[in-house]
Formats: sequence, C-alpha cells, structure tokens
Amino acid sequence: MNDPVPHEVLARVVREHAGRLAASLVSLLGDFSAAEDLVQDAIEVALQRWPVEGVPDRPDAWLFTVARRRGLDVLRRESNYRAKLAQLQWPVPPRPDERLRLIFTCCHPALSRSAQIALTLRVVCGLSTAQIAAGFVVPETTVAQRITRAKKKIAEAGIPYRVPTPEDLPGRLREVLAVIYLLFNEGYLSSTAERAQGRDLVDDAEWLATLLAGLAPDEPEVSGLLALIRLHRARGAARFDTGGRLILLPDQDRSLWDRDAIQAASTLLIRTGRRHHRPGPYQVQAAIVACHAEAQRWEDTDWAQIAVLYDMLLYLAPSPVTRLHRAIALQYVKGPEAALAELMDLVDVLKHYPLLHAAHAELLRTLGRPQEAREADERALELTANPAQQALLEERLSWT
Amino acid sequence: MKYVLMFIETEQFAKELQAMGELERDAAFEAVGRWFAENADKITHHTRLAPVHTATTMRLHGDSEPVITDGPFVEGKEVVSGFAEIEVADLDEALKVARSWPACPVVEIRPAS
Repeated sequence: MNDPVPHEVLARVVREHAGRLAASLVSLLGDFSAAEDLVQDAIEVALQRWPVEGVPDRPDAWLFTVARRRGLDVLRRESNYRAKLAQLQWPVPPRPDERLRLIFTCCHPALSRSAQIALTLRVVCGLSTAQIAAGFVVPETTVAQRITRAKKKIAEAGIPYRVPTPEDLPGRLREVLAVIYLLFNEGYLSSTAERAQGRDLVDDAEWLATLLAGLAPDEPEVSGLLALIRLHRARGAARFDTGGRLILLPDQDRSLWDRDAIQAASTLLIRTGRRHHRPGPYQVQAAIVACHAEAQRWEDTDWAQIAVLYDMLLYLAPSPVTRLHRAIALQYVKGPEAALAELMDLVDVLKHYPLLHAAHAELLRTLGRPQEAREADERALELTANPAQQALLEERLSWT
Repeated sequence: MKYVLMFIETEQFAKELQAMGELERDAAFEAVGRWFAENADKITHHTRLAPVHTATTMRLHGDSEPVITDGPFVEGKEVVSGFAEIEVADLDEALKVARSWPACPVVEIRPAS
C-alpha cells in the first residue's frame, strides 16, 4: 500500500483539473447543473480513493473516465445527454481554456454573494460541500442549499455560460474580483484555526487570482489583486507567535518575511502599472501593502507615500473603512492629534466596526489618555468575533 | 427566452414626477416612448397599469366567499406600474434592455413562459 497522499497534494490536483472538466462538460451538455453534478461525483470518488491508492499518473483522464461512466449511468433517462456523453472519448480535443466562462457564470451578479462564493469554490476549484462548509464555519446543509438554489437559478433564469461582452466586462470583472478578495480575507483572517480536511481558502484565492490573471492578461486589476494576495502571504509566517497569538505589524519579526516573494509581487505590480496605466483599487491597495513589505524595519516605513496612496484609493473607491486606514497612517505623517480629528469624523458611520475602536484606543494611549483608551479597547472587544483579535485585545486590556 | 420586466415605482419617483413642469414631464414621456421604439424588436407585449389607488384585491378561500379589499396585494412604498414582455437570448440580454429603461427606478426581471 502507498503512503497516504497529503491533503495539499490532493487539493492541488483537484483544483487543477475539476474546473477544466466542468468547463468542457458544460459546453458539451449545455447544462451547467448536470455537468457540475458529474464533476462533483467524480471528485467524491477521487477523494475516497486517491488517499489510499495514490494519485493516478493522469488525474485528468481518471476524473474524465469516472465522470463519463457515472454520467452514462445517471443520465439513462435523458437520451440526449447520454448520446452526447457516449460520443465523448479521452483525450478530449484541445480547446481554449474555458474556465473563464465558468468563473463568470459562477460570479454572475444575479446570484447572491454567498452563492457566488460557494459555487466558485465548488465548480471552479473542485471543493466538496463539506470542505466549503468547514472553510466558512457554516452547516453543510446551508452550503448544499445555496449551491442547489444557485444552480437552479442559473438554469431557470437563463444566466448565460459565456465571457461577458466588452461593454459588460468591467462590471462583471469587479464582481469576480470581489468574490476572490472575500475568499482571501475569509481564509486569511481566520487562518489560526486548523482547517478541516486541510483545505486552505487562502490557497484557493491565490490560485483563482493566478488563473484569472492567466486568462485575462489585459486586466490590470486582476494582477493588482494577485500582487495584493501574494504580498500578504509573503509575510504570513510572522503574523502569529508559536502560541497562535496575532502579532501586529510593528512587532513582527521581519526576518521571517519571504523577501523573494515580496520582491516578485512588487515587480508584478510595477510592471502592471507601467504596461497599462490604469490604476484601480486593488493595484493601489497592493502598493500600500508593498510599502509596508519593503520596509526593512517598522521605523523605515514610508508613511508619506502610504498617505498619498490612501488619498488615491479614496478617490478611486471612497469608503469609510479606507478613511479609517488613512487616518491611522496620518498619525505618522501629521501626528496623533491630526489622526484623532480624522477618526472622530468616522465614529458615527463605523461605530460597529471593531478596528475603529482599536485604532481609537491606540491614539488615545499615545496621547496619554489611558482610561478612555481602555474603554475604546473594551468596545472593540465586544464587537469582534475573530478569536485572534479577541486574544490580542484581551492581552492589551490586561496590561493597562 | 421570454422575460417579463416589471416596472416598479417608488414614492420618491412619484413625487418627482408630480413636481415636474409640463415640459419636463413631456420629455420624460418621450424618453419612455423612445425606449419602446428602440427595443421594439424584442418587446412582444406591454401594459401600463393605472395608479395603485384604483387597485382591488381579492383573496380566494376555497369554498367560502372571497374576501375583497381596497388596494394592492401588498401595501408598500414600491408598486408595480407596468410590464413589458421581451424575447431575448438570455438573462444578460434582458439585463441590458432593463439597464436603459429611462423611467421609474426599480425593474424586476423574471423569466416567463
């Protein structure tokens, strides 16, 4: 018997092939839902057998064969599908990568955000319903319902299986990027906990961004998002101490950062900017993260540059959360008083946002107002559900 | 595929329409007329409803007498003011037709048969 196949290897192989198989079956059958069921079935079988038998030499051919055989069984009543499937032989004739159509269908704006995310993970990345449920800490039945409902809507509302027209493309691309970004955030912010079945949503997010960058090379925001994800990941090793506690940026051990990965992501960002001259929110966010990542020490951080980038981000995508981040940066450029004044403007709109209170506490502490700082930290603690943030705030409260 | 676009008026929109001068209102109606003309090849049917205060709702209860009430089936600030039935390839095309609708601010798009 072979050694058990590690989860990461399984995840990688499934991710590489599930979407391709789904894309070609949707094209062949003209039925998104039926194709997706076949692929999901094949993956279930693979996840049972590969850990024991080892990954086959041609995982794509293996999945294809299982999906086809299963399809011929299941679709007995649908003579139309059956005839089409029966004609299908391996190897499938090469055709352009159709996963882009798949991604746009899964992220169609007529689907709810949670449905877009679940569907993308399942159809494009090949996650099982159980893996998605574990990643988002929701019951498996909830995920199953979301997917069933979404597939029904695709079929019955006539959501097309194609890349949007050039006229629709910018808006539709924003939708896809938002899905990948949320997926990344979800995985990144909750990355302390041991993930069930070894599936890391951050891996999936980076993989999706890489795939999209390959399929849509003329869209600078895709590369911007990819650079953003990579710049965060390059510093992942320094984010937690050995006890799993969150370490804030000023206190991180920067020798743990992956300097080569930071360099590569910065280069990608610069090259994207030079080639397209079309800045967008993801490129600017990545540039801000690059400013932090390129500083050798906390004291070397180029805050003036960061403040300018936040101004640009506010111009491109105004939001109170961005204003808050700008206010935090401002304390290192114009001092804590100026930052506090900015922050006070946001107290009303962001009163339910834990970071506002945590940042408020820090400013008050810097300004020598410990009692008010404590109260702000307590409010932040009440509002956050993230265990790592809770631990950090509790620790801070125990010092003061 | 066949879709029905349901045009939905909001209170705000009704107020704005009332506040318009005659010229402005004519221009607004003209824009709607143009929209119907531009999409004539896709529109198979359309209906404009009379204002919501003219509505009567009947609730049927099997064998017992139906209950008739004054007003629309849901009381709300948003009311359906008309319908257009269109024949297009898919939802993206239906969305494209709806996007250029020049009047009331809400459009519900639903597949129909």
